[in-house]
Formats: sequence, C-alpha cells, structure tokens
Amino acid sequence: MSDAFEPTIIAFCCKYCAYAAADLAGSMRLSYPPNIKISQVPCTGRVDIAHLLKAIEDGADGVYVAGCMEGDCHFVSGNLKARKRVEYVKKTLTELGIEPERVEMFNLSSAMGPRFAEIAIDMTDRIRKLGPSPVRRQSQLDAVR
Amino acid sequence: MIVADRKSLSEIQDMVKNCRKILLVGCKSCVTVCNVGGLKEVQVLAATLRIAAKMAGRPLIVEETVLERQCDPEYVEMLKPVVNDFDAVVSMTCGVGPQFLAEAYPGQRFFPAVNTTFFGGAVAHGIWEERCAGCGTCVIHYFDGMCPVARCSKSLLNGPCGGSDHGKSWELNMVVFLCEEYCKGTNLVLLSPDVAKVPSTFRWAKNIP
Repeated sequence: MSDAFEPTIIAFCCKYCAYAAADLAGSMRLSYPPNIKISQVPCTGRVDIAHLLKAIEDGADGVYVAGCMEGDCHFVSGNLKARKRVEYVKKTLTELGIEPERVEMFNLSSAMGPRFAEIAIDMTDRIRKLGPSPVRRQSQLDAVR
Repeated sequence: MIVADRKSLSEIQDMVKNCRKILLVGCKSCVTVCNVGGLKEVQVLAATLRIAAKMAGRPLIVEETVLERQCDPEYVEMLKPVVNDFDAVVSMTCGVGPQFLAEAYPGQRFFPAVNTTFFGGAVAHGIWEERCAGCGTCVIHYFDGMCPVARCSKSLLNGPCGGSDHGKSWELNMVVFLCEEYCKGTNLVLLSPDVAKVPSTFRWAKNIP
C-alpha cells in the first residue's frame, strides 16, 4: 500500500519569499512533486496554530510553513512567530501520538527557486516514508467499514 | 489580572470521554490576555480534540464559542439557546466561569479546561508573576509597595520565617519578600513606625461577614 501512497502536503508560503520562489522555480522549469498544495499568505506571521491543526484535522499528511530568511521578514518578525507556532504544533502532535516531523518550518528567499523545489522534494520524501497521517488512516478504515 | 494554565490534553479528554457532542466556551477577558482561554486557544483545543477523536475512530462534534466574560450573568445568558444541545460544556476560563455556567444552567454538565493559578501581572511578554492573594485587607503601603501575603511563601507579616536560602524560599523557589526588602537597600520596613499600623487582626476576605 505504501508504494501507492501519494501524500497530500499543505505549504503555507509567504508572498514575499517562498511564494515568489515557487514562481521562480516554475519559470526555471524546475519540477517538484505535485503533492504540494500551496497556500499563499501575506506573511508567515499570519499562519496560526489553528490553521496548521486544521490542515492535519482535515487529512493533510504533512504541513509546512515557508517564510523569509530569519532577519529578513517583510514584517520584521512574522517568520520567527511562525517558527514558534510550528514548534507548538509539533508538541501537540507528539501529545496526540502523531509524528511531529509531519510539520516543519523552512526559511528561504524569493531568489531561491531551486531551494523551493528541493524543500518540496525533501518534504514529500519525508512524508512518503512516514506513510499516511494517522488521522487519514482512520477515516479510510471508516470508509471501508 | 487572573492568570490560568491549561489542563493537559489527557485530563480534558478524560473529562469528555463519554461525550459525542461538546461545546467549548472561551472568555474574552483575563484568560484571553494570558493566552489560555481566548478565541485562539478555543480553536486550538477544539481542533486537537477533533484530531484525537478522528484517530480513535470515535465520533465527536466540538463546537466553539467565546463569551465577552463568563463572570457576568448577561453574557452567560447568551448560551441559553444552545446550551442543552450538547452532552457537556467545557469552560476555558478561571474557576468563576464554570460555576456561573453551572448555576445558570442546572442539568447541564460543565468542565473546567484550565487551572486558575493566581492574580498577577506580565513581568515580560508572555511571563506572568503573582502579585496579589486577594486576602481582603490591603497593607501594601506599609511594606514599601510589596505584598507580604502574596510574596512571602508563608504569608508572614512579621518577620523572616527562617526558611530562606540566598533570598529564595526553599519550598516555592519564590523570592522571599523580606529578603527582597533587604536587597533593595531600603530601610527595613519592620523598623518603620508605619508597621505598627498593620491591623493586628487581619480581615481575611473569606471571613468578612
């Protein structure tokens, strides 16, 4: 089953860096896995713990936040706040018995198209190894029943 | 401000383990400021409980709402149309909230999702410290602006308790009130004539008729 498993990964990307980097990756014709579903945010500081948990709750196998390099946030410290929230969600997932590696924070600049593709590939590999999210596994079982 | 601390997830899960539909009620007052029971914390706890239920393959509906305050009947009344649609209601505010809710809606079960810890203030962003014990007779002005009741681990008004070690209490790791007084280099308050005015019989809040 794990061979056929295609993870769904939600990426919250900052408009000023990661989203622009995704754009650049596209212009450079770099390929990255189609498992990544990008959600543009005005700043990663906008991403709340509740958003990350909502993604997991609704069956995402992985979630990541991609913001500006530390010190380069357009809104001064949004990316630092996002990192703390990601850490909080990791703790909550551990408490729930879900692998904390399913949630991650990345930093990159708008000029890093290849890095964007690399992150997407790494994250897809990581989640593929972990298998489907336990939240989804259970709902699949329910569907079979 | 009243400061609280959220109960652990397992404790809350245990409270509602037999429920299929619950309501989480936050409070926009003190617990919003200390990041324990405001809108965001309600959303986070609701999502966490739903994820846990999904993983266990257990049907659980968690609805969320936030009241202006849970310590005023006019706001508590706002739950009236929905309160009996749930198996239980989880209140995310200080100890006053669940009690006011329970008094207003007999027949419904109310659970506290937080532990109320103290009255205090934010000494730094995100760090709260106790400053008041709500004892009922304020004598801060006799003690150079410090409360002997809240800030001495034994609530002593009259001298060193003998339990301090380098300015910290053995038991509570809190700065001992009188040692702090020495460190500040001010006149030892106990020698000040004002101290004689400290009421000899303390009117503790709970004893006031």
